[in-house]
Amino acid sequence: MLTKRIIPCLDVKDGRTVKGVNFVNLRDAGDAVELGALYAAQGADELVYLDIAATVEGRSTFIDLVRRVAHTINIPFTVGGGISSIADVSALLHAGADKVSINSSAVRNPDLINELALEFGSQCIVVAIDTRYVETSAGVFEHIVHTHGGRKPTELRTIPWAKEVEERGAGELLLTSMDTDGTKNGFALELTSTISANANIPVIASGGAGNMEHFYDVFTEGKADAGLAASIFHFREIDIPDLKQYLQNKALPMRMTK
Amino acid sequence: MKTVIIKYNAGNVQSVMYALDRIGVDYLYTDDEAEIRSADKVIFPGVGEASTTMSYLREKGLDKIIPSLKQPVLGTCVGMQLMCRFSEENNTTCMGIFDVDVKRFPATPGIKVPHMGWNNITNYKSDLTKDLIDNAYVYFVHSYAAPVCEYTVATCDYINPFSAMLHKDNFHAAQFHCEISGDVGQKILENFLKL
Repeated sequence: MLTKRIIPCLDVKDGRTVKGVNFVNLRDAGDAVELGALYAAQGADELVYLDIAATVEGRSTFIDLVRRVAHTINIPFTVGGGISSIADVSALLHAGADKVSINSSAVRNPDLINELALEFGSQCIVVAIDTRYVETSAGVFEHIVHTHGGRKPTELRTIPWAKEVEERGAGELLLTSMDTDGTKNGFALELTSTISANANIPVIASGGAGNMEHFYDVFTEGKADAGLAASIFHFREIDIPDLKQYLQNKALPMRMTK
Repeated sequence: MKTVIIKYNAGNVQSVMYALDRIGVDYLYTDDEAEIRSADKVIFPGVGEASTTMSYLREKGLDKIIPSLKQPVLGTCVGMQLMCRFSEENNTTCMGIFDVDVKRFPATPGIKVPHMGWNNITNYKSDLTKDLIDNAYVYFVHSYAAPVCEYTVATCDYINPFSAMLHKDNFHAAQFHCEISGDVGQKILENFLKL
């Protein structure tokens, strides 16, 4: 049976993880390769590496990191941050990334999604959508796509945008609710469910995970295909083996590695 | 031992190379006929679309070389599909090593296509699945699949049961991506390299 996926996300800058990491058994907690390898060994189903600086100077360091990650781990991983051209994607895939995630560049130039899907195949093109529930100029509350780490609203409504990126050739959606992100009060279930039910491609839910039940909720009520989180894994508030066992005990299909 | 990864217009084969690095095997990435024919093991990876890939193989003569190989050959993902007779993906005539037609997953309400993620395989009967735990999980990304047939040596279930692995004579194939399927995928690759 196709399993639900658990995906830790690592924010990196200059090749090192930036969010504080509380793994005492790691020689170097800032080493993004070592941390990724640990998650893979613990049973993470995929990894996401985000280049949060995404500067021109930092790009070669990031590509070097991607190469080292690909050499080390034997599960799929996605990379994102500052990707805006076919050349960017080509460099990252050739370094060994399995998928790339685009966000602001897709909003700026939606044709990029079509071009990347045609060039590299939909299976490796993830479109990340940062969304926030805000009052529009018309005075109504709507889910609106945001860029710049969720700070800058766009003109795009989230639900039709999700459908559009699929039609343009995205292979997967990474949906982050800026309303729930960082709250630890749970994922945005209603929106995730609406988007996943509308989509014929997998939806990775992100933002708001605080406990194991939140993952159960996003896989059932939220209809998500995968759940992504960062700090709760980095700070070991939830251990991946415990989380997967918990979800399996609640009859969700999980890939158990031990 | 000489291992060759067949070079063609497939998408990213880097992860296959890294997987072989992890196992500690040297390989050559080439489309040269003499090099391919003199290899002990041949890997035919695949990420891409069937018809453009087949055209490319024809252009290079690889569509004739691959089926005539005598040493162990492992095709993965689209590589496996191109070793079948025909693919519904843009109605493509393939190499016909396995006499079976690759079909698109039928549209089914509430079930997404592509089949993307980790799924378990069952009913193993291949040298490549030796010493594997039952119901091992491997990583799939595909919208087309070969139905269960006489060459099936491992099955997977998504909408319908389909062939996760095929075997005929010296030809082996896996629909999933061994190279990123964790320890299970690595074991399958190691078993192939030991043939």
